[in-house]
Amino acid sequence: MMPIGRSDAQPGRSAFRPVALVSKPPPRRSGLFSRASSLTVPNHEPDRFRFRIAVAGIAVALAFAVLIARLFHLQVVQHDYYTTRAEDNRISLVPIVPNRGVIVDRNGVILAHNYSAFTLEITPSKVADLDTTIDGLARLIEILPKDRKRFRRLLEESRNFESLPIRTRLSEEEVARFAANRYLFPGVEVKARLFRQYPQGEVAAHAIGYINRINKRDLEMIEESEQAANYKGTDHIGKTGIEQKYEFQLHGETGYEQVEIDAGGRAVRNLSRTAPVQGNNLTLTLDIKLQEMAEKAFGDRLGALVAIEPSTGGILALVSTPTFDPNLFIDGIRSDDWALLNNSPHKPLLNRALNGAYPPGSTFKPFMALAALESGKRTASQTISDPGFFNFGGHHFRDDKKGGHGLVDMHKSIVVSCDTYYYLLANDMGIDGIARFMGQLGFGQRTEIDIEGESEGVLPSPEWKKRRFKRPEQQKWFAGETISIGIGQGYNSYTPIQLAQATATLANNGVMFRPHLVKYITDSRSGEQTMIEPEPLRVLPWKRQHVEVIKRAMVGVNTQGTGARAFAGAGYSSAGKTGTSQVFSLKGTEYNASRLKRELRDHALFIAFAPVDEPKIALAVLVENGGFGAQSAAPIARMVFDYYLLGKRPKGAAEEDEVERDDMEGD
Amino acid sequence: MWQQIVHRAWLRLIERLDGPLLLITLAVMTTGLATVYSASYSADNRLLAQSLNMAIGLGVMWSVAQLPPQKLMHFGAPLYVVGVILLILVLLFGIRVNGATRWLSLGFTRIQPSELLKIAVPLMLAWYLHKHEAALKARHYLVACLLLLVPFLLIAKQPDLGTAILVGAAGCYVLFFAGLPWKVIVGLGCVAASAAPFAWTMLHDYQRKRILTMVDPTSDPLGAGYHIIQASIAIGSGGAFGKGWLGGTQTHLEFIPEPHTDFIFAVYAEERGLVGNVILLLLYLLLITRALMIAANASTLFARVMAGSIALSLFTYVFVNIGMVSGILPVVGVPLPFMSYGGTAVVTLSIAIGILMSIQTHRMLVGK
Repeated sequence: MMPIGRSDAQPGRSAFRPVALVSKPPPRRSGLFSRASSLTVPNHEPDRFRFRIAVAGIAVALAFAVLIARLFHLQVVQHDYYTTRAEDNRISLVPIVPNRGVIVDRNGVILAHNYSAFTLEITPSKVADLDTTIDGLARLIEILPKDRKRFRRLLEESRNFESLPIRTRLSEEEVARFAANRYLFPGVEVKARLFRQYPQGEVAAHAIGYINRINKRDLEMIEESEQAANYKGTDHIGKTGIEQKYEFQLHGETGYEQVEIDAGGRAVRNLSRTAPVQGNNLTLTLDIKLQEMAEKAFGDRLGALVAIEPSTGGILALVSTPTFDPNLFIDGIRSDDWALLNNSPHKPLLNRALNGAYPPGSTFKPFMALAALESGKRTASQTISDPGFFNFGGHHFRDDKKGGHGLVDMHKSIVVSCDTYYYLLANDMGIDGIARFMGQLGFGQRTEIDIEGESEGVLPSPEWKKRRFKRPEQQKWFAGETISIGIGQGYNSYTPIQLAQATATLANNGVMFRPHLVKYITDSRSGEQTMIEPEPLRVLPWKRQHVEVIKRAMVGVNTQGTGARAFAGAGYSSAGKTGTSQVFSLKGTEYNASRLKRELRDHALFIAFAPVDEPKIALAVLVENGGFGAQSAAPIARMVFDYYLLGKRPKGAAEEDEVERDDMEGD
Repeated sequence: MWQQIVHRAWLRLIERLDGPLLLITLAVMTTGLATVYSASYSADNRLLAQSLNMAIGLGVMWSVAQLPPQKLMHFGAPLYVVGVILLILVLLFGIRVNGATRWLSLGFTRIQPSELLKIAVPLMLAWYLHKHEAALKARHYLVACLLLLVPFLLIAKQPDLGTAILVGAAGCYVLFFAGLPWKVIVGLGCVAASAAPFAWTMLHDYQRKRILTMVDPTSDPLGAGYHIIQASIAIGSGGAFGKGWLGGTQTHLEFIPEPHTDFIFAVYAEERGLVGNVILLLLYLLLITRALMIAANASTLFARVMAGSIALSLFTYVFVNIGMVSGILPVVGVPLPFMSYGGTAVVTLSIAIGILMSIQTHRMLVGK
């Protein structure tokens, strides 16, 4: 390479050599330098030129210094910031949604689980014209009008940038067909998703509840609970029942995959993976076979049944009829299905066991009697003479039986359901005494069962009346209003679960539990089981002999009284009380106005527990417009008891189920 | 004897070449090839094509260097006239691509005449001023200004701001080195400054947006600001020593737009860091200094102003490109000399280096 430099051996020096010296010698080849004569420049000209060269050089140096300064600023001063930015660019955290916890009944029968299926999803923000895209997809894959409708609805409710399913449960063939054409559909992709399924269908739908897509209100709740990070990638959430109440137990911990992505958002490679932790499994106190049987026992009648295990407060059956199929709700219920459920006059979505409040009728009497014993207002043997009515303040309170029941003691008052006995008793006890005792039993308060949306009911008292009414003349409590409280009418209004809880507490001699549906939670990581509500809520200090009086009387109801027919020949001892609540009451207004005759009939009620000495099950049954409790409600209780205690199926039930039932009892 | 023939042939080959210029150019070219490889190997490898471009460039450089400046200056007028005619044809019949009309279809291929003007305008002006050197008067400068303004406006109209700036700058440098009085320079500077608001209204929307975006790239992070932001991230995350050759994530995950052409500096800066940048800038500084030295030593007015104009044009390329990529200048289409991929730019710049060599080596001849 040496010779190359030859042409300018001394560049450094030549720069400072006066140009004039160079240009001085006359040109050798005048032909080539024809204008050489004009090139003879004045001597000061090159100096001026070199000055300008120097100015240019300095300007260049300064400009380069600016560039270096800028680069120094970017690469040294702000290096950390830009490194973070580059990493943010490069690395995308892809959430891995955990498997939702499984829900099983007390015998391990699956009530809610997941299955994996392919869905066709559209990210609306990435699609220019949704209709064109959907039309194009419809040429490949069957998309029904109902799918389009559902998609539209999801679109309205959706969060930004999320992908929404246009079709669910694609077949393998459909997946393949789309995959071959996917380049035609930017913003559309097939995703493998876990779907929730409720294999029991309509059975226990009110208790289990359902999940549905996360909406704005759910999002707020998630953010308030500081769960937002854990719900990245999750698009379903429990909306009702156990699914809602135990949402954070069932959900699990979202895993993350660190993916290197390019500018187009395409994954280039995986960097790391944090596995998701599956949601915790729930084991319910519910006995789904019992539940199913109880629901069937209602037939097409409307009503509610709550069966509780007295020694734990665990709910064995929580029936509200009619019921609905929670599977309809997953991934957005179709609008026609929704209309059917929402507009039905029978209100299948209403959980009557928790939200329906009814006057307890005569089922209130055993509790009234116990209140009398505990307060000392009555002894068991004290008798009254029942003429068939009770006059108070010029008002005539009638007994059911014309002419009355004659001499009536406490036992008889329950067995024959004598109204006059309780008119008198209510009057003697006064409203405050009644309200205090019944309040302790949980009447008129939420039981705090582990499902949302419970009603309070009404435990009438002067204070309640003051709260309830606005005008002063309405706010005053009249002594006459106390009288009908005694027979469970008047302002009395309780939810079936309150009645069941009170019955269970009575069966349990005053040891009161909070009713609950979840028996234990199984931690998906450690397998550790956490029991729910293992401790009593409170122990009511009832005298044992007082409780025995009531229990004996309730046994009498089922052996010789109003429940005797329903419980004839039962293979176990049981205690019960029938009730009939008048639809024409304060709370009943919903039904009385425009309905047909059937809807004007009284509600039938029945409370019971069995076996008497060591109660395994206590329940409250309500049949809307069922007439007398003895007629329609008590037989349902009998079927539930028979099944639960003896494994006996009602007539027409399959034999094989009985075998299964026997196996379960061994557990 | 053979040895002698080979030796003489070698001497003939290198006779008109300038060693320092060649060495610096080759160094930048090598860096450029490595960077082009990094920027394009994963998808559409341009290494071979760019190597070929550079081989052609070196050939052109050698050829131009063989011609003495006296001959070169006579190319000025014809090239200029042809160039301006072609520009007018572009204006009338040009092909519209991405909202700009820069290309002229010749049936079998298309050409971008504005590129020709990068050389033709300084040649023409230098030749014109050289011709009237004995008695340079105001009117000569005025005529020179007009000669500059015509192609400048034609190119700006296309619009092609990057090329217009380079052509305009090359012409201005000629005027500057030809001795345009300081008073006039300062006066014109003031006029230009006061005309800026007016010019602002003349700019195209996209040009205005680019300037606004440069001031605050975050105002349009997914649109016009995207290029600037991503380039800044690439440069900044490169740090002092860079992520290593082929190691730039911004580049290889396609966050940098046009990584092998106008934004190639972002690729280089990300992978080589501040140290690499300083080295590259030093190479350019050496190149420019060498060009200025050649200008200082040149014996004729044509040679002086031509060399000086080329020196500062090289600087303009470098400053505008790196300034743009590093976010202190608006985005304009100016390549980084011998780094950016593209045959046209390589050839144009090679011609410029060839002219410098011609000026330098033929001066020596005169000197003897």
